[in-house]
Order: sequence, then structure tokens, then C-alpha cells
Amino acid sequence: MSDISIDIEDVTVAYNGKVALHSASLQLDAGTICGLVGMNGAGKSTLFKAIMGFVKSVTGRVLINGLPIRRVQKNSLVAYVPQSEEVDWHFPVSVYDVVMMGRYGYMNFLRTPRSEDKRVVRESLERVEMWHMRDRQIGELSGGQKKRAFFARALAQKGTVLLLDEPFAGVDIKTEKMMIDLLIALRELGHTILISTHDLASITTFCNQVVLINRSILAYGDTSEVFTEENLSRTFGGSIGDLSLAKSQLAQQY
Amino acid sequence: MDLIQWFAAPLQHEFMIKAILVSALVGVVCSALSCYMTLKGWALMGDAVSHAVMPGVVIAYVLNIPFAIGAFVFGVGSVVAIGFIKSKTRVKEDTVIGLVFTGFFAFGLVLISKVKSSIDLTHILFGNVLGISDSDIIQTIIIAVITLVTLAVLKKDLILFCFDATHARSIGLNITFLYYVLLSLLSLTAVAGLQTVGIILVVAMLVTPGATAYLLSDSFDHMIWIAMASGVFSSVMGTYISYHIDGSTGGCIVVLQTLLFIMAMIFAPKHGLLARSKNLQAASE
Repeated sequence: MSDISIDIEDVTVAYNGKVALHSASLQLDAGTICGLVGMNGAGKSTLFKAIMGFVKSVTGRVLINGLPIRRVQKNSLVAYVPQSEEVDWHFPVSVYDVVMMGRYGYMNFLRTPRSEDKRVVRESLERVEMWHMRDRQIGELSGGQKKRAFFARALAQKGTVLLLDEPFAGVDIKTEKMMIDLLIALRELGHTILISTHDLASITTFCNQVVLINRSILAYGDTSEVFTEENLSRTFGGSIGDLSLAKSQLAQQY
Repeated sequence: MDLIQWFAAPLQHEFMIKAILVSALVGVVCSALSCYMTLKGWALMGDAVSHAVMPGVVIAYVLNIPFAIGAFVFGVGSVVAIGFIKSKTRVKEDTVIGLVFTGFFAFGLVLISKVKSSIDLTHILFGNVLGISDSDIIQTIIIAVITLVTLAVLKKDLILFCFDATHARSIGLNITFLYYVLLSLLSLTAVAGLQTVGIILVVAMLVTPGATAYLLSDSFDHMIWIAMASGVFSSVMGTYISYHIDGSTGGCIVVLQTLLFIMAMIFAPKHGLLARSKNLQAASE
């Protein structure tokens, strides 16, 4: 289990000349759940986009399982679940259609599902307890159900690397717990998961590694070593006072 | 007997048979594409491209090549120009679209007024399906076949592109290719629609049937069939009505499409105004 799954070296990203992420380097082994922690605007989403090749990095390179990202994407190996604000919830697709989209990479050019694809879609929907909702138009779902549907799509993709950007934002506790259990099961299969979250309290319960980010990577490694008050206060702008405030706000939120 | 007569009388003229068949075909093609236009939010783009093809049509006439080729070059060219100006300046996208397509259109107007040709400006602006030539019919059929085959083959990829381009990219689909496919189809169908209803109204053909169907269905497959049915119905009935009242064919077709939209807006079983207010009442009780 010592294969490097996500290998980022010296990645710098700038938007209109303004640096959003400076010289980020990160190696994650297969079989890891890594929490990505930082303030809003600290470059979490930028890091995800840089890994996916959606933003051009000024310097550096990204390898997934030793391969460049384009090759990996062609094999559907990386499942990326962005924040859900951009989704057009009125689009005429059903939950089942959305999850089936996770299988397109395995299909012929007409995207005709085979029995294997149908089986995987059903299994994925059952794992998030959404099979009975499969015919619903996606706009008819609650917040937690929407997140579960898109999570099911990531599961159906059967990638070995999952990138989840704020999957717990606005979801109920039951959904969060279900997703965490599924992530732990995936880690046991040797999958690698990078997950950004504001829920600092739950990180220690399922992330064996953390990355602290504030426009550059401040620290990363085993949760027990890196997830310290001192490191967190650096991540959240210097004062412990702000951190406790952030924590109490989180406590109110959940 | 009167009704049969109403439908049969125009069919005694060969030009009416041609007009009805061509309008129906254009109705099918534009309506199929209109589903993608409305879902992708490309209505303004459709308006821009349909106006921007005008100089291409005139130049194609001068060079004696098919209209569709000239229109295609200028349609795609206008969008490339829009993309270029948007990325290189601070001007907002809707402003850029507005200035580029009117610029192209104005250039087309100048060309028509100065180039000696038998092109009739009113035919381009308002369509001339009653006087459509055989070569134009063949061109429309070719455009229809290309568009319908492409939409059928790439259907799922295009839906995914419209719905979630990020996911499409993340599983390795070439979204630049899909973008230009949709854009090319838009330019081609704009030419087809141009002959029936003219440049000014062609955007209606590329938007209204999709919008009507969008209100009536939550499934893409239903949506595209409803759009095509409403498009064909409007085209055929519009052509008939224009014959009987001796009015503008393009005008009649688009007025019918708009009426269908208004009916869907009011009476649609789930997303119509009546259903919505009923739901609100039920919710407040």
C-alpha cells in the first residue's frame, strides 16, 4: 500500500496574474483519506481544479497513479465531485440518468449502457439509499438527497481516486455519516480520497491524513501529527481566538 | 367537407406542397436543436449566429457556392470573435454578443446593397418558403440529415455537455469538440430556418419549441419529441394559414409557436401557471 496515488509537485496557479496557489507539493499514498482544510478562498477548490487540469498551472506537474491527468480521465479513474452550486437543478434528467453519467467512460460512443453499467448504477444508488428515488427529476430532491445522488455518480464511476469538494455542505447528519462510512469502506479497498470540509470536528474521525492550506500548503501528513492547535491557527490566519470562534460557529451549524 | 377542402385546396399547387414539406422538415430540425439551445442557455447565441450568417450568404452567392458554407463560416466566425473579444477586453459577454452580431449583420446589409445579385433582401430577412428553389430544398435536406444524425449519435454526450460540462471533462470527454459541434449545428440550422422564416424570426424556431417542451416534461427524451411535434405542427399549420389568409408564412409559423408556448405556460400539468398556483394553494392550506 505504499504506491503514490496523487503526486503533486510544485504546482502554482494564478488567476489574472493573482496567485491563488503557490508552489504546492503533495504526495498521497493509495488507501488514504486526506482532509483538505483551509479558510474560504485559501485555494482548496483551486487545488482540486489544478489536479483535474481544469486550471492551467504556471509551474509544476500532477501525476495520478504515475500517469498524467488526461490519460487517467480517459480511463475514468478520477471521480471529481465539485461544489453543487453550479448544477442546473431544473435540467430534465432523473437521478438514474445522473448516476449513469458516471459510467459513460466505460461505454461505446453511443453511450449504450450494458448490463454491467446498469448493475453498477443500481448498486451505487442502493449504497446511498437512493434507489427508490431513481426516477425523480433531480430538482425534486432535498439538499442531502442531491448530494447523495452526485456521490452515487462518483461511486458508479469506479475510480480509484475521489476528489470531493465540500461534500458535507448543507447535508443532514444522517447523510454525512452514511458518506463517511462509504469513504472508509473505499479506503479499505485501497482507494485514495481527497476531501475538503469545514467540519473540523469530524476530520479526526475518518481522515488518516490532513492537508492544511492557505494559498500554499502549510503542512500535511498524518492527522495525529499535523492536526494540531498550532498548525490550525496558522491555517486560519494566526489567532487561536478566531479558531475557537470558528469552532463554536461550526458547533452551532451541526 | 369544408375542413377537407381547407386542407386539400393548397395541395393543388406544387409550390405549396414543397413549402409545407420544407417547413415541416425545418420545424423538425430546428426544434430538435432548440432543446439543447434552451437547456444550455444559448438563446442569445442563437440570435447572434442567425444574424451573423448574413454576409456569408451574400459572399457565397457571389462565389457561387452553397449558402450553407458561407453561413457556416460566418456563424462560427462570429462566435470565435465573441469569445476572443470577451477574453481580451473587460467588456461583458452580452454586450460583446450584441455588438458582434449587429456588426456582422450590418456588414451583410452593405454587401447586399452594393453587390449586384438577384438576392432579395426581404427574402433573407423574412424568408421565402413559398418560392423555394429545388437546389435550396436539397440543401435543406442535407442540413437536416447532418443535424439529425449528429444529434442522434452524440445525444448523450451533448446532454452531458449541457448539463454538467465539468463532469464531461473529468471523464475525459472533449468538451471543446462538443462545443464546436453544437455551434456548427446552430450555424447550419440557422441557414435552414432562414429560408423558411427569415433571419429575423429564425431564433424563434431555435428557442420556442424547446421552451414549450421544457415546460411540459421532466425527461429529455419526452422533451425532444414534444418539441419536434410542436415544431412540425406550427410549421405545417402556419404554412396553411398563411395560404388561406394570404399572410406572411414565417410570421404565421412563429405566431403559432408562440401560442403553443403560451398554452403550455398556462396549462402545463406540472410547471404551468395554473398547476403552480394550485400547488401554492394546497401548500398554504
